[in-house]
Amino acid sequence: MEWANIVIQGVLIGGLYAMFAAGLALIFGVMRLVNIAHGDLIVLAAYIALMTTDTLGMNPLLAILIVAPIMAAIGYCLQRALLNRTLGDDLLPPLLVTFGLSVIIQNALLELFTADSRRLSAGAIEVASFPLAPGIWIGVLPLLQFVVAVAVIGALQLLFYRTAFGRAFRATADDQSVSQLMGLDNRHVFALAMALSLTVIAIAGVFIAVRTNFDPAIGPARLIFGFEAVIIGGLGSMWGTLAGGIILGVSQAIGAQINPGWQLLAGHLAFLLILALRPEGLFPKVKG
Amino acid sequence: MTASFKVEHATRSSRIGMAAFAMALLLLAAAPAWGGRDDLRLLAEIYAYVALASLWNLLAGYAGLVSVGQQAYVGLGAYVLFASTILAGVHPLLAVPVAGAVAAIVALPVAGLMFRLRGHYFAIGTWVVAEVFRLSASQISALGGGSGISLPASIVTAMAPSRQLREFLIYWVALALMVAVLAAIVLLLRSRYGLALTAIRDNELAARSSGVDVTRTKLVVYILTALGTAMIGALIFLQKLRISPDTAFSVNDWTAFVIFITVVGGIGRVEGPIIGTIVFFLLRQTLADLGSLYLLMLGAVAIAVMLLAPKGIWGFLAGRFGWQLLPLERRLRFAADARTT
Amino acid sequence: MPEPLLDVRALDAYYGDFQALFGVSLRVAAGEVVAVIGANGAGKSTLLKCIAGVIPSRRDAILFDGEPIGDAPAHTVVARGIALVPEGRRLFSSLSVEENLLIGGQLGRPGPWRLSRIYELFPTLAARRRVPSTSLSGGEQQMVAIGRALMSNPKLLLCDEISLGLAPVVVRDVYARLPAIVSEGSSLIIVEQDIVQALKAADHVYCLQEGRVALAGAAATLTREAISAAYFGA
Repeated sequence: MEWANIVIQGVLIGGLYAMFAAGLALIFGVMRLVNIAHGDLIVLAAYIALMTTDTLGMNPLLAILIVAPIMAAIGYCLQRALLNRTLGDDLLPPLLVTFGLSVIIQNALLELFTADSRRLSAGAIEVASFPLAPGIWIGVLPLLQFVVAVAVIGALQLLFYRTAFGRAFRATADDQSVSQLMGLDNRHVFALAMALSLTVIAIAGVFIAVRTNFDPAIGPARLIFGFEAVIIGGLGSMWGTLAGGIILGVSQAIGAQINPGWQLLAGHLAFLLILALRPEGLFPKVKG
Repeated sequence: MTASFKVEHATRSSRIGMAAFAMALLLLAAAPAWGGRDDLRLLAEIYAYVALASLWNLLAGYAGLVSVGQQAYVGLGAYVLFASTILAGVHPLLAVPVAGAVAAIVALPVAGLMFRLRGHYFAIGTWVVAEVFRLSASQISALGGGSGISLPASIVTAMAPSRQLREFLIYWVALALMVAVLAAIVLLLRSRYGLALTAIRDNELAARSSGVDVTRTKLVVYILTALGTAMIGALIFLQKLRISPDTAFSVNDWTAFVIFITVVGGIGRVEGPIIGTIVFFLLRQTLADLGSLYLLMLGAVAIAVMLLAPKGIWGFLAGRFGWQLLPLERRLRFAADARTT
Repeated sequence: MPEPLLDVRALDAYYGDFQALFGVSLRVAAGEVVAVIGANGAGKSTLLKCIAGVIPSRRDAILFDGEPIGDAPAHTVVARGIALVPEGRRLFSSLSVEENLLIGGQLGRPGPWRLSRIYELFPTLAARRRVPSTSLSGGEQQMVAIGRALMSNPKLLLCDEISLGLAPVVVRDVYARLPAIVSEGSSLIIVEQDIVQALKAADHVYCLQEGRVALAGAAATLTREAISAAYFGA
């Protein structure tokens, strides 16, 4: 029974990891950019949520409605003003610029908020849980977060494959020069993609803020979890990313159960194992 | 009939550069005579960063392997040194090459895994590896676990009878190691491997179709870089006399600063890291009191350089004036040609 | 004489330091079909790319509907009514046939061309609308590429080597649709290595040789000898 609870917890947090991954994979798909500052942007969203709840006194989960548009705007401007200038054949500029961005965000947050651990309170929902079966309990908040994560991924799939918007993203991802012949302005498309990624990050950031203690330094670990979920799941598949996140979450949960100090290590080892045995991931998208 | 030819490497500016280099070297070797304890520590730190940045430059700027996880080998080297001296009784200075050897062996399977990832994903993958090393190190209770361990006095005194002599010894080894790393890099670049590397740096696809074994070349560079980085890491922590997983595998100290140095100094040029280290330490001496603001500014400067002057300071100067500090050019001199080009 | 739809005046084009076009002038009237022929490397594709805005030019070197568009970026040129069918088809590989067509209509320019009309023009595509574009034959892909460009309801359609890599039967099939395109209101510039096909389809012909216009005139009036001389250089 204990193991069932462990696995369920792992699955639920896997949803969160899948959200980290979705934002990362989206950007890579559309413009071949890996944003090293991805994790730090999640933390930034958490701090924006903190400021929002402090000034407006609202429930953090509702604060998503304010944090998301702010982050989307930041994403659009960031891409247009800075990151569009790094895109090209050379992979060093975007990598190094986003690395620099990561350093800047972390230290700016450190200056503004100090290294103190923070956490947002969502009220009674945090401790509420209900029994799924005899001896198996599910926390309401983790379940809510998982459901939202699945919904977000589903929404992204829908967006990409059933809307004109998504068609524009996919076309630009396929061929940046020919997409211009369709009337698409690459600078604008990329900026929209980044805005979308940061919207997903905003949701993830608020969830983090409520679920764990956060401080300016936890960004890189989130980047790594997102990245591992992408690789485990397989590039080019949103649902694969969900699977990857779940596998990562479950590995960590099992590792933690064996020995608390092994939680992160277990996740990394699962990732390395998949990399060794099936580098294309478990559910890679096969192109027609 | 084939003409016989020689390959020449030196240029006028590189001869000047080499001469200046040699003079500087003599001056620095004599530092124990004219410098105080703090000066020696600072210089040793500078040597370490020049060497680390030069190796990162070789990996990223020449072989195209952008790693943000070299701290894995800094920490690995340091931990092998502490482990072999504390647990196996190896002499501390001998433990430095031992650390390099272990790193070279470890680098092989790591490369096997990491080479399955491309470009940006490779970069993050190397970070994961560093995290694995860090987390594993904190599990080793014999070496202090998560809080780390200090080098026992008995081992420290085994190096030399007096503290002063010990510090001189570490200083000279640090200087020698930097020179050895630079020399090895220059020799590598002058060899056929180096030609392959420069081809890969300029255009990997073209290099591959010209017959260059790109994967093997990258593997060799990855292993050699791991070896060098580990030896430097071992020496750094031998000087610090104390180790912990967070300091040994620090992303900030061993990757962020190294990247800053290489980017600002000039990627893909051997002289770059030297210039970059000087700039970095000048900034540090003047601004480090500002704490996180200082780091923030470093990040901003790196971004600005990357966008506005992507070849770095040295790249700009070399491009503009054709300077070269080190003899790395290749010119063919035919036996029949009496003129100097 | 009425204003030409497209007026290219002394156009120069460069790839870095390499000059590909030298003072090329060309005119297309409304409702006209113009063929541009020439050997490989003569600059034909370059000319189309300049007109489409893929390669930037001097602002007043290219006038469309009286407006200077030489330096306009590609995504704005489409909005003005010039569509390019790129060399080699260049369909979007992760989009289906229908999605490729739909994205051509992204801008929503008004006009006769919509999905149903495209399927009327190319009936074989209707049956394969959901199929990934990459699994079509060469001829079908060419039809999708043309259809995609038509979806933006262009006043001027630029066709870059649409016969390339296709069997003669298929080429004739594709060319057979061109009159329908013209009758719906688009002018055409076709770049071709297949001289016979180009001469049959065109009203006016320009022959490029090493970046310069070597011959220009009404298709009916040009002799074989004159074309040969211009094509290969006397």
